Amino acid sequence: MQTDWLWGLAGGLLIGAAGALYLLGAGRIMGASGILGEAAERISDRILGAPPRRAGGGSADGGWFIAGLVLVPAAVAPLLGRADTHAAAPYALLVVAGLCVGFGTRMANGCTSGHGVCGISRLSFRGIVATLVYIFAGAVTVLAMAMLGRAAAGTL
Amino acid sequence: MRRGGFVFFCGGLFGLGLVVSGMTDTRKVVGWLDVFGDWDPTLAFVMAGAILPMALAWRVAARRDRAIFGRAMPHPRRFDAGARVDARLVAGSLLFGAGWGLAGFCPGPALAAAGFGDPKVAVFLLAMIAGMLAARPRPAAEKGLPVPESR
Repeated sequence: MQTDWLWGLAGGLLIGAAGALYLLGAGRIMGASGILGEAAERISDRILGAPPRRAGGGSADGGWFIAGLVLVPAAVAPLLGRADTHAAAPYALLVVAGLCVGFGTRMANGCTSGHGVCGISRLSFRGIVATLVYIFAGAVTVLAMAMLGRAAAGTL
Repeated sequence: MRRGGFVFFCGGLFGLGLVVSGMTDTRKVVGWLDVFGDWDPTLAFVMAGAILPMALAWRVAARRDRAIFGRAMPHPRRFDAGARVDARLVAGSLLFGAGWGLAGFCPGPALAAAGFGDPKVAVFLLAMIAGMLAARPRPAAEKGLPVPESR
């Protein structure tokens, strides 16, 4: 679509506004992998009965943030006709991809929102390097998958 | 409770932005990474739009000690101390980028799409959470060493 860049810019401004409010209002950095990872760690500790490893105040924040992040798009996306991810990858590939994204973002301590939006906006060297590296890795992966697909189609 | 409502609003606004920008559509994300194919520049506009208000927020935050809802303001000069580009950052980002390219999901949009009723999103999310728990830095935390603040 010709107007996709405008939607992108408008949506980006909303994302940045959310991060700005989260920083100035809640005193936290809006990184999706950190928020979800820490929530998952807390829940797994509770299930396994392990003592909490991190002393962190305001631990309810993550739950509230994730609730908003899941419920608001669930309500709004159908109205905009956008409640479709068009996910093309087969299930086995989605499992591999999910494991890579989960492990990688926690190992690198950030993802597109944390290193990308929140890191680059303050000219964090780590954020800039991480963003260049994951975009490079993503582009190489997409290229490799396209070549594999073409090779498979050629041999069939 | 007021803090909870505010944080819910922040999460909702983030999700709304992801939907409006088209980032919950994996075709647009894979299109951005498809540099040698049918390249889609939308993600660059999303990033630019998001960085603008966030850069302003960092400037305001630098002059404040506490957030509005009463938590110590995170100051880069504090959490940047000792944080450098290391093997964990590069290897983790390589792994993340590979998974991003395979599926077209990163953590934010995957959560934003969790309520779309797509079983593929559910499978990706479960695998992602499993990966996150597997990456937990055990020895440092058990020895009581400081764990760097997550993004």
